[in-house]
Amino acid sequence: MTEQGVVNDIHIDALQEISNIGLGNAATALAELLNKKVDMAVPKACFFDVEQVFLMVGGPEEVVSCVNLNVEGDVPGTVLFIFNELSTYKLVDMLMGQEVGTTTEMDAMCESAVSEIGNVLTGSFMNAIGGMTGLAMNTSVPMFAFDMFGAILSTSLVASGHWDDKVLFIETVFFQEQDEISGHFFMLPETGALDRLFEALGISEGV
Amino acid sequence: MQVSPVRSAAVNQPATVTEVQVGIADFKVASQPDRLITLGLGSCVGLTLYDPSTRVGGLLHIMLPDSTQFSDVTKPAKFADLGIPLLISEIRRKGGRVSNLQAKMAGGAQMFSGLNEKFVLNIGERNIAMAKRTLKDLGIVILAEEVGGNRGRTMILDTENGQVIIRTVGVQMKVI
Repeated sequence: MTEQGVVNDIHIDALQEISNIGLGNAATALAELLNKKVDMAVPKACFFDVEQVFLMVGGPEEVVSCVNLNVEGDVPGTVLFIFNELSTYKLVDMLMGQEVGTTTEMDAMCESAVSEIGNVLTGSFMNAIGGMTGLAMNTSVPMFAFDMFGAILSTSLVASGHWDDKVLFIETVFFQEQDEISGHFFMLPETGALDRLFEALGISEGV
Repeated sequence: MQVSPVRSAAVNQPATVTEVQVGIADFKVASQPDRLITLGLGSCVGLTLYDPSTRVGGLLHIMLPDSTQFSDVTKPAKFADLGIPLLISEIRRKGGRVSNLQAKMAGGAQMFSGLNEKFVLNIGERNIAMAKRTLKDLGIVILAEEVGGNRGRTMILDTENGQVIIRTVGVQMKVI
């Protein structure tokens, strides 16, 4: 079923719904972390060929921050949380309680702030899916990079070993008052991992 | 398909330098005055081979070092050991002389900070090592390199003069 090209509309709908719940949970976690109200646009979930993914977010040379986590358990794979340069700086400012626009470059402090946000977002996302499906999912200690999108994505793909597979891509926008933060969530599932997810949702066969 | 007037006007413009994009796990060969470019090398290694006498050059975007560790090699250009000979035969086919070839290399960085056992087996370093070994076996000299570190790179080969331009985030452009 998760062979290339045969994930059908029902699966996409299910993933869309899961993304909505998962990222809703993530937005709540972010609000708690920032101690401010955070709204979220309904996320868009899609499957893409790896070659197409390189053209997203702003292209291979776009500067982004990336939190990379390994997921272990019933749905093993790699998860990437990516924010473009501007959204990264905004996140840092919000977390530090500074006026948006204060941060204009990355340092070690910013790295750990963004890394922590990515960790919290991914953890709450995974918890939501776990709670909904009864599947066990644990994430590893996050790794962080701030550089060209293409360099980060290709390195993550090579390290995870998922080069030939399709990538689940979820795009969302978080709002904190008038400030928008666009986040891109990528899941590189190991072979068979999505089958287990669909199975847990009761849509594994005959749809 | 609709052909707009803007488009037909563009076709009539004088021929200029074409920039040929090389995708990940791919290679391309071009001759002067064209340029070859590959974007966002991370742990991947970009390798250029250039024949200064005929001004034919090629660029290969290597993802993994060793094809013998994989059963599925549907895309041989992905691997250093298979991709380099492929690039050489394409350069020969386009009129380049193999005995003249000069190599330049970029990439092979360690992109992520934070420890993870999967990254301890540093793919970047292994890509660099395998590319060097393959070139040595083929008797090709490496003229210049910009490898390792922890930054992503964009690599451009100018077939006019064999110069390789390296773009890095937050650092001035470098010519090797």
